Amino acid sequence: MLNRFFLTLRDAGIPVTLTEYLGLLAALDARVAVEDVDSFYYLARAALVKDEKHYDRYDRAFAAHFKGVEQAFAGFAKELPADWLRRTLERVLTEEEKAKVEALGGWDKLMETLAERLREQRGRHEGGSKWIGTGGTSPFGHGGFNPEGIRIGGQGGGRRAVKVWEKREFRNLDDTIELGTRNIKIALRKLRRFARDGAAEEFDLEGTIDSTARNAGLLDLRFVPERHNAVKVLLFLDVGGSMESHVRVCEELFSAARSEFKHLEYYYFHNFLYESVWRDGRHRNAVRTPTLEILRTYPPDYRVIFVGDASMSPYEIMQPGGSIEHWNDEAGAVWMQRLTTRYPKHVWLNPEPENRWDYTASIGITRKLLDERMYPLTLEGLDRAIRALRA
Amino acid sequence: MYSGSDQNEDPSVTAKFEGTERYVATDDLMVAVNAAVTLARPLLVKGEPGTGKTQLAEEIAAALGKPLHRWHIKSTTKAQHGLYEYDAVSRLRDSQLGEAKVHDIANYIVKGRMWEAFDSDVQAVLLIDEIDKADIEFPNDLLLELDRMEFFVHETRRLIKARHRPIVVITSNNEKELPDAFLRRCFFHFIRFPDADTMTRIVAVHFPDLKRELLSEALNAFYRVRDVPGLKKKPSTSELLDWLKLLLAEDVPPEALRADDPRKSLPPLYGALLKNEQDVHLFEQVMFLQRRQRS
Repeated sequence: MLNRFFLTLRDAGIPVTLTEYLGLLAALDARVAVEDVDSFYYLARAALVKDEKHYDRYDRAFAAHFKGVEQAFAGFAKELPADWLRRTLERVLTEEEKAKVEALGGWDKLMETLAERLREQRGRHEGGSKWIGTGGTSPFGHGGFNPEGIRIGGQGGGRRAVKVWEKREFRNLDDTIELGTRNIKIALRKLRRFARDGAAEEFDLEGTIDSTARNAGLLDLRFVPERHNAVKVLLFLDVGGSMESHVRVCEELFSAARSEFKHLEYYYFHNFLYESVWRDGRHRNAVRTPTLEILRTYPPDYRVIFVGDASMSPYEIMQPGGSIEHWNDEAGAVWMQRLTTRYPKHVWLNPEPENRWDYTASIGITRKLLDERMYPLTLEGLDRAIRALRA
Repeated sequence: MYSGSDQNEDPSVTAKFEGTERYVATDDLMVAVNAAVTLARPLLVKGEPGTGKTQLAEEIAAALGKPLHRWHIKSTTKAQHGLYEYDAVSRLRDSQLGEAKVHDIANYIVKGRMWEAFDSDVQAVLLIDEIDKADIEFPNDLLLELDRMEFFVHETRRLIKARHRPIVVITSNNEKELPDAFLRRCFFHFIRFPDADTMTRIVAVHFPDLKRELLSEALNAFYRVRDVPGLKKKPSTSELLDWLKLLLAEDVPPEALRADDPRKSLPPLYGALLKNEQDVHLFEQVMFLQRRQRS
């Protein structure tokens, strides 16, 4: 039975290994937690989950595994098996109710709405007629009046006890969701590369001992340059237009990057990169920096990070004169190519959710221009981006 | 949850950790600690600053009646420092002074914290504090030592083996990701920020004579501060305890802590809770907005 639990966890994307599983079995064997399911839950968590960002996934996997029936929701609320839902609903609904569903716009509409609500909704909800939760009249959630509703997690009405793992208190530690300045800093910190260069100013004990020994015991002092983060970053941020809704997360990324890198140069652009960028939001039309100057100024060991939603008309990338703000003699794609050839270490961070990228043509084009080095602006995406920058 | 620290008479039987008089342990924490103690595996503890990670090791040692060895990690700490160091400088000096002990290299091997813990006559508790402060390779360099609880002293060609596998508690502030190989060998626990109930118990442990009214008003004020979105540094448990200490010392009446006082937006002695002026400013603004909405 536990073997299957182990596999469930792996399927849920928690990196558990055999060593850890054996550790759990050893702990059970030593009677560390046998009294009740709660302490088993804690024990298995301590033994198998090594990062609080996986706690939420663990909670969901635990609930799914130890509840049998609700395993049908193995897609973890991201993708509900539509066919299964439909069949279940067809079984429980009366003719009258089915007519009501038709009135809501039919099955497909209903499924669509459900998927959408699941995406939109965060946190628990009770009552009301829109959100998925308990006791409402919305067709989603459980224990409600609207037909029988679709039960998503939770127990049937009447039973009160909320299980620990159902509280899902670690939801916002999941790295695919929340992004705060501190989290970003930690992610950016992985890009650190310490190096010693500059003037020698730190006393080198090891070196002194070594050279003194070679010097037959006559003291020979040695100094080395201080260690510091040698990574240099060039940051291009999209501002305005469709980026308005992503301002907060971009600000956080920016403030984290600024405190993390000694050599950070940043520039703003609108929608796409053309012949000039700017640094000061207030005087963007007066004080612009030609992109060519950037290419000349910063050596190719700079890591380049573009941040933008890359959502625009494809003309803005592909056509000369395509920019919505001014006349550009050369297409954005040309400028992008110049930048990527000059700076081989580059990534594009996109605040749009990754699963929506395929619906926007310009995102596809940008990805091609960047050799698919586009990553979502989530912690996990940032992680992948940093890895690409380090490689 | 606190039920007295049962100091076991017989040291060979490992007692169960259930918190102490000064430390409130939640269920999940107790399970994790007991699992780590029973299987003699390292316990990795993470959590917000000020939730008592370092304290935990001290309390485990106190509750189980074992000696504690603390090893505080800095950015310059190397794994080797925990094992032993070869004091070449003293030896060099002694050789120039012509001392006799210079011929035995063992005289210049300085034991590290880990060696001390290995050497202990009874099972010891070893705290490796803030492991994430060290270089990224640091945890990897300790893998074998933590796994087998032994290491080799090259200078004297001696194998040092732990006489009793120590209980190892490792804390991390999450500043660096720890390598998988290292994580596999540990039990892991994330100390959550305590909810209001747990917090009441924690405070009761530290200030048994605190008046009920003052406590509930103070906790309300505390969570009000913590819940302000966008604070640079959220006040933590240890800051709450400091603040209460100040409130008691100044003999602040409970009424002064209420939020509905229109003249004051900041709780008294707020300096113990909010640690930079941006946060103070932000909090004042939020309180002002809330009051305006209410009136």
